[in-house]
Amino acid sequence: MKKLSGLKKTTKVDFATYLGVTLAFLIVYYRLQRGGLTNAMTSWLVPVCCFIVMAVSLNLVVGISGELSLGHAGFMSVGAFSGVVAGMSLRGAIPFTPVRLVVAILVGALFAAVAGVIVGVPVLRLRGDYLAIVTLAFGQIIKDLINCLLVGYDSKGLHIIFNLGKKTVADLHLEEGGVAIIKGAQGAVGIQKMSSFLAGYVLVMVTLVIVLNLIRSRTGRAIMAIRDNRIAAESVGINVTKYKMIAFVTSAALAGAAGALYGLNYGSLVSSRFDFNTSILVLVYVVLGGLGNIWGSVIGATVLYILPEALRQFADYRMLFYAIVLILVMLATNNPHLQQLAGTVAERFRGKKPARAGEGGQSHE
Amino acid sequence: MSEPIKRKPTKLVPVPSTNKIPERDINKAPILECRHLGIDFGGLTAVNDFDMAIGRTEIAGLIGPNGAGKTTVFNLLTKVYQPTRGTILLDGVDTHPMNSVQVSRHGIARTFQNIRLFGNLSVEDNVKVGLHNQVRYGMVQGILRLPGYWKKEKLAHESAMELLSIFGMQDLADHQAGSLPYGAQRRLEIVRALATNPSLLLLDEPAAGMNPSETAELMENIVKIRDTFHIAVLLIEHDMSLVMGICEGICVLNFGEIIAKGTPDEIKNDPQVIEAYLGKKREV
Repeated sequence: MKKLSGLKKTTKVDFATYLGVTLAFLIVYYRLQRGGLTNAMTSWLVPVCCFIVMAVSLNLVVGISGELSLGHAGFMSVGAFSGVVAGMSLRGAIPFTPVRLVVAILVGALFAAVAGVIVGVPVLRLRGDYLAIVTLAFGQIIKDLINCLLVGYDSKGLHIIFNLGKKTVADLHLEEGGVAIIKGAQGAVGIQKMSSFLAGYVLVMVTLVIVLNLIRSRTGRAIMAIRDNRIAAESVGINVTKYKMIAFVTSAALAGAAGALYGLNYGSLVSSRFDFNTSILVLVYVVLGGLGNIWGSVIGATVLYILPEALRQFADYRMLFYAIVLILVMLATNNPHLQQLAGTVAERFRGKKPARAGEGGQSHE
Repeated sequence: MSEPIKRKPTKLVPVPSTNKIPERDINKAPILECRHLGIDFGGLTAVNDFDMAIGRTEIAGLIGPNGAGKTTVFNLLTKVYQPTRGTILLDGVDTHPMNSVQVSRHGIARTFQNIRLFGNLSVEDNVKVGLHNQVRYGMVQGILRLPGYWKKEKLAHESAMELLSIFGMQDLADHQAGSLPYGAQRRLEIVRALATNPSLLLLDEPAAGMNPSETAELMENIVKIRDTFHIAVLLIEHDMSLVMGICEGICVLNFGEIIAKGTPDEIKNDPQVIEAYLGKKREV
């Protein structure tokens, strides 16, 4: 390997991202072990990891593939509920919790990927606003479908029924000792908490490796080529539908994994937690972190998740404050003077000629 | 219908040239043959009864007034539009059932009149996207960075640099494509098209916006590309010095129909072409 200065700029950025996430993890983990964190802070750790994964994976669709998806929370809920079912029902088969957590996350990712294919096949024929509308509807539909779901398990295996009328848990006909996992609109209850900060960190790292390596590969170039110019991409022999699908399904699978981790972090879970607002929240993380900018999504998700939580003591004013911060960040990131300043600072830092202004958020049609 | 011809593997290493321009072999199995090609947009006939054959190493020109249907012909050849009538034979294979992607894989590459680069990608990555079907590896290999990834990426990098060196653009490799000056963007489009290993290169107004010295350089480069890669070139151009200078066969289009075909000298003196497009010399 050549020395560091011989590496490509993108490679350096990637390694800085891995390093930054790892350092942040180590510092927080150290403080966590020493008991330096309040209970409230400790409770943020896993959700922050989940939302980082959500933001990074949504960036793959919105920033890299250039399609506006408003149903990302839908994939998260598919992953969450399938992950919870897997994590609960495999209690007998896999007694060792960390392994069961990994299996649950994989199951969550798999189910979300299947949902991604089902949604993606018809939806990726649409473009722009239409795609946004359909994905939005998908998010709502998933929420309502899960509201009708009754799942339980006993020694015979899983019992799943779909409540279209007045069915209740009793209709599952569970044996003595059987447990109902998902109780329709009540959501999943009595979940064994398996998620840990360490698992969250590992999932974030795996997501970063998948997304960053994908972007820097032949597949990622094809996806970005389609975003920049669809007709030109076709003219050089790129199968547009295939690569859009790859981006969409990969993103859905990662959202599913994040969902599984999120679901297994709480004692109970209702599907309304993954509604339209959650999708928009993640989109805000992505847009303010910078479209196509992966480390930006990591920081965006971390800061914007913690901010409203940390402001809880100001109760009524916290959402006001949150909104003001959002507006200020938007103004700052779109200000040409500030961008120029950042360019000059970067130039001093590197000792090179300045980069063009407006490098931050990539624009696309 | 003949068997589809399998594309040869990438021939990015230039074939040693004897510096001799290959003879015009239009009668020996043309690379492209259009028979009675036509397309209607609703009631409007944009192109009608378009017949043309291009030899394997021929540089051919397509000229005509604005709105004559030249770019429409390109769009028909690359299947941006499906022809209403007629046949396109690419290397003897009917392209009727193919879409844009398949036509590209069968060896037609093009540039665009209004430049269509991947503006947010680097110059090198633009060429690498062109190499998409030449240097292949799977998505999983890319994500896990298996040995195949490093090998293929190295190959892609070397091929891209070699292709960029045709126009002396290696130094621009790390620049963002959208930030390049206009002329360089046009050249990059040609490089990207060449990266797909075509047997027929379609250039849509390659000299548009170039000054006379840049045009002269471009002419040399087009001939060089043909001699190095042994491919056919079909170009649309309004700069007559370029068209008359390097094209071996010219086809003139007016209102969607061919009004003349022939060598540059024949075209220059064709009364119909002078009437419709070239214009008369002013009487003194």
